This record gives sequence, C-alpha cells and structure tokens, in this order.
Amino acid sequence: MPALLQLRDVWKIYHLGDVEVQALRGVSVDVAAGEFVAVMGASGSGKSTFMNIVGCLDEPTRGSYRLDGIPVSSMSADDRAAVRNQRLGFVFQHFNLLPRTTAHENVELPLVYAGVPFAEQRERARAALAAVGLAGRETHVPSQLSGGQQQRVAIARALVNHPSVVLADEPTGNLDTETSSEIMDLFTRLHREQGVTIVLVTHEPDIAEFAERRITFRDGQIVSDVRASRTTRAGGFGGRER
Amino acid sequence: MTVLWMTILTALRALRRNKLRSALTMLGIIIGVAAVVTMVSVGRGADAAVQQQIRSLGNNLLMIVPGATTAAGVRSGSGTASTLTAADGTAIARECPAVAEVGWVKRQLVQVVYGNTNWSTSGQGVTPSYHTVRDWPVVAGRFFDEREQAGASPVAVLGQTVVDNLFAGGEDPIGATIRVKNVPFEVIGVLARKGQTTWGQDQDDVVFMPFSTAERRTLGTLILGTVDMIYASTARSEDIAVAQQQIRDLLRERHRIQPGQDEDFTVRNLNEIAEASKMASEVMSNLLLSVASISLLVGGIGIMNIMLVSVTERTREIGIRMAVGARTRHILVQFLVEAIVVSTFGGLIGVLVGLGGTHLVATLAAWPTLVSAPAIAVAFSFSAAVGIVFGFYPAKRASALDPITALRSE
Repeated sequence: MPALLQLRDVWKIYHLGDVEVQALRGVSVDVAAGEFVAVMGASGSGKSTFMNIVGCLDEPTRGSYRLDGIPVSSMSADDRAAVRNQRLGFVFQHFNLLPRTTAHENVELPLVYAGVPFAEQRERARAALAAVGLAGRETHVPSQLSGGQQQRVAIARALVNHPSVVLADEPTGNLDTETSSEIMDLFTRLHREQGVTIVLVTHEPDIAEFAERRITFRDGQIVSDVRASRTTRAGGFGGRER
Repeated sequence: MTVLWMTILTALRALRRNKLRSALTMLGIIIGVAAVVTMVSVGRGADAAVQQQIRSLGNNLLMIVPGATTAAGVRSGSGTASTLTAADGTAIARECPAVAEVGWVKRQLVQVVYGNTNWSTSGQGVTPSYHTVRDWPVVAGRFFDEREQAGASPVAVLGQTVVDNLFAGGEDPIGATIRVKNVPFEVIGVLARKGQTTWGQDQDDVVFMPFSTAERRTLGTLILGTVDMIYASTARSEDIAVAQQQIRDLLRERHRIQPGQDEDFTVRNLNEIAEASKMASEVMSNLLLSVASISLLVGGIGIMNIMLVSVTERTREIGIRMAVGARTRHILVQFLVEAIVVSTFGGLIGVLVGLGGTHLVATLAAWPTLVSAPAIAVAFSFSAAVGIVFGFYPAKRASALDPITALRSE
C-alpha cells in the first residue's frame, strides 16, 4: 500500500529580489495513513514551507508530491482547492475562525464548498462539534468562546469532511499550558479512536512528545526522522490521558 | 447549486453584519434611482398634460385664420382682416379631397342672461359640423343640425363654464330660455368639459349658436358671410400636410393672390405644435437620463470603493475560505453577489423613494405626474448592472488572492 503522503526530492525556491532563498532542499518523506507525526525545527528551517506544500496551499518548485496517490504537485489552483476541501483539514495557531459567525456555521464551511445538502451539513456539523466536546455551543460566535473552545471549533471544522490527513500548524501556540494539554489530548484521542492521520508542526518538544514520529527540519532539509515507541510517550502531558 | 445558494446567503449575511456601511453604500444608488423615477414621472406627467391640451383642440386639426389688414400702411396683425368667408369654407369642403370635415366660426363677446343672472362670455356662431371637427362631445341634449342652421333657429349649446355661472342653482339648462344680446335662445345642449388651452384660455366659457342665426340675429356683421376662423380636419393624421397644401392653394386662387405676394390668411397645423412639444419633452428626457446616469455612475464608484475596502478588511476571511476549499469562482461570486445585492436593494429602495417623491410632488405641488413602468424597470435593471460592473474588479481581486498570504494577514 503506497504512503498517504509521498514527497520525492521536493524543492522550494523563492526569489526575493536578486536573492534566491532555498526554503526546501530536496525533501523526501513518506507518511502512512494513521500516523501521528510532529514536524519540528527552528523558525526558518523550512517546516512552514513544508506544511504549505503538504497542505496544497503552495506548489513545489521541483520534485513530486502525491497525496492518496494523486499527483497534487502539478494541479491547478482550483483543483488544489478541491483537494484541500475533500482530503485535508487545517488547524491553525490563530484558530482562524470566521469572526461574528457561529461555531456551527464555521464548522459547516468546508461542507458548503463541498456542495453537501443543507440537512446533511447541519447534521454533520452538529456531530463534529459534539465529537470535540462542544455540544450545546453551536450558536456561540468565536468572541463568546475561550481560546481552547475556539481551537476545538477549528478541529471540528478540520474533521467535518472526514479528511485523509489533519494538518495542525502550532495548534497550541496561542494557548496556556492547561488548555494546550486539553487540545493535545483531543488530538491523541481522535488519532487513537478514529485513526485520524495527523501532521503537527511545533517547536515545543513537550508537544512533539505526543506524536509517534518526529521529523526535524534544519536549513530546508530533514535532519532527523525518529519513531518514538509508545511507552516513551508516558512523559510530558501524556500521562494525564491514561 | 447548493454552493451558489450558500454563497448568496453568505453575501447576505456579510451585508447584514455591516448594516450601516451597506446602507451608506446603497445611498448613492438609492438617490440615483429615486431621481430617475421621480423626474421621469414628473416629466412625463407634464408632457401628457401638454399633449392632452393639444388633443383637446381636436384631432388632425387645421385652423385657418384671416391675415393682417393694412389700412393706410398700418398693419394690424393676424386675424384682423375679414378676408375669410363662409364661401371659402364651403369651397374647402368641396375642393380639397384630403379634408374630411370643415366648420367655421364667427365670434364676439356677448352678455348672456338667464333669469336674474348674467354672464359675459364668448358667443360663437358655428356650423353644425363644428363639434365633430373639434372632437367635442355633447353631454346633455344635442348639437344643432343643418335644418336649424338653414332656418337660423334661435337655439344655443352651452359650454360648462357658462352652465356653472348661469345655472348655479343646479337647474337643468336643457329647454331653458336664455337671452344673448337680448335675443331669446332655447338651450338645446351642453358640451363636455374641455379645459384650458395650452395658452390658458378657458375653452368651456362659450355659447354656441348656428352660424346663420349669429350672423343675422345676434352678432351681426359688416360684410355678410365673413368668418373669424375656419376649422378643417382630416381623417388621418398623415393627411394633414397634404390638406394644408390643398387649402393653401385653393385659398390663394380664390383670393387671387399672385405668386410672391403675401397671403391674407394663415393655415395653422396643430400637429406641428404637438410635434414641437414632443421634441421638447424628448430633449428634457435625455437631459434627465444623463443626470441620472451620472448619479448612478457615482453610486457605482461608491460601491466599488466600499467593496475594495471590504476585500482588504476581509483578506483573512478569504484565506480561511480558500484553505477549507473555496475555489476562485466561489470567492468571486461571493463578492460579486454582495455588490449586486447592495445595488439592486438600493435600486429597489430607490424605486420606492421615487414613487413616494412622485406622490409628494403630485400632492404638494399639484403637478401632473405619470408613473412610467418602463422607466422604473430601466432604472432598476441599470442599478443591478452597476453592481455587476463595479463589483467585478474588487471581486476579481479577492478571488486572485494567494491563500498563504491571505491567511497570514492580520
């Protein structure tokens, strides 16, 4: 069975005036379905560029990227939008919910662009909110929700279309330690119970502890790719969920 | 389909969230459309009133009046000479094939008396054909006929103003005996109200009697058979010009006017007056249209301005939508729909305000107005078009945003 995410010799080169910036320099990596991967690295290491390419928000300068076996690296912008809609779920550091829009409507958003019928939209959004523990808060707007709750809405939104992979970019970066652990518990639970594939970007080692595999970037290249055994995950916040 | 519908709902929601801004954006369109609707209604009302007055003189009508007299080198102006005769009228009826009917008039200011009331009015001796030539129906009784004309019968037909003044008590004027210049007349008919002429003369302030009766018994004359005016009508309005030429040729011949010599009569064509007023109102309409176009243009620029601000403000929202799968056209449609909703909603309010304004003008200023459905339709569709035209560029810009940059914007 081919890997869910398959990157081969991916390069990303920006031109800032006369200066050429090599954000990614020949990255090759496979992520199988059901994995929970943490992507680490200092700022400027290329991990954000990597996530943008994996998230089909950006296209590689060279190299190939297959998602579910589909060669997405050569797709048009609209086709990539469809891939994001059908196969990817995003969770951001700044939550990125639509302001003055209810939790319910925020979660429905991917379904709207998927052309799902109204009744089904409503039902699936409700179920997704319940799955992240926000049943009863459907009509709250983001400003009426705490940071942790907003991030849960974002996670519900990421999951509502049953994506192949959830991409989380510093999901706890704007949350306190307590709330961070709650969110990480939620990710772990979704991963364990529903087999959701998660790729999570973080620069905090204790957050990366939750993942089963840790990929570290430096200067646009992968410098380490280690699989942690389940038992080593007892550290950090992990002990709490047992 | 679901996507399009949702996109429209999204646009409506966005507008509802920014009520004040949406309302202010609409204002330009509202004013533009309201101005069009009101101005066109008032303009058309005025035009219709003028046309109505011209029509009230009679359809396809030619008026022949005597020319100027020249006594010892003093020229006295049109209508002062007694150069037209009843014989001219008969000749026109006989020899001008384009003319359908002919009538002639002799008139004088007379005092009419009924019981103990009296009234000064225009006494007019006319041929029986007069009321058909003038297209002037009788509402009570009848008009006099050829027999009464031939016999110079003392019968009279009254205009509404005379009825109002002589029979103030509300008695039935038919069969009553009135005195015109002390000659007793039997009232046999009352004419429909015709209103004022374009130049403000009350057409209903009149007493009609047979031409022969007037000539021999009341108005009198210096030269028997002279008339003050001859009316000629044609069956079709296309014949007016031909009839005019035929009458002219005939009268030049009858009056022995040499080529190059001034005519001693004038043939007036009412259709020319109608055409002139129509052209004037067309010029007016075009003027209104250009003013309205400018205000709609300004309204459109207002929409574009606000939409550009809105796109900048909502860059992050656009980024989020793109990240979860909105395609280029979804974003384009969303912002385009917002612009169109603002402009058409503005157009709708504008139509209502315009109708209100028209009503206000009609009641307060008592101006004649005529609401024009096509004008409303045009103004409304124009406002929708403004939304499409001026909303497209901002929408295009929104849809062309790069999702990564858009997501990063604050």
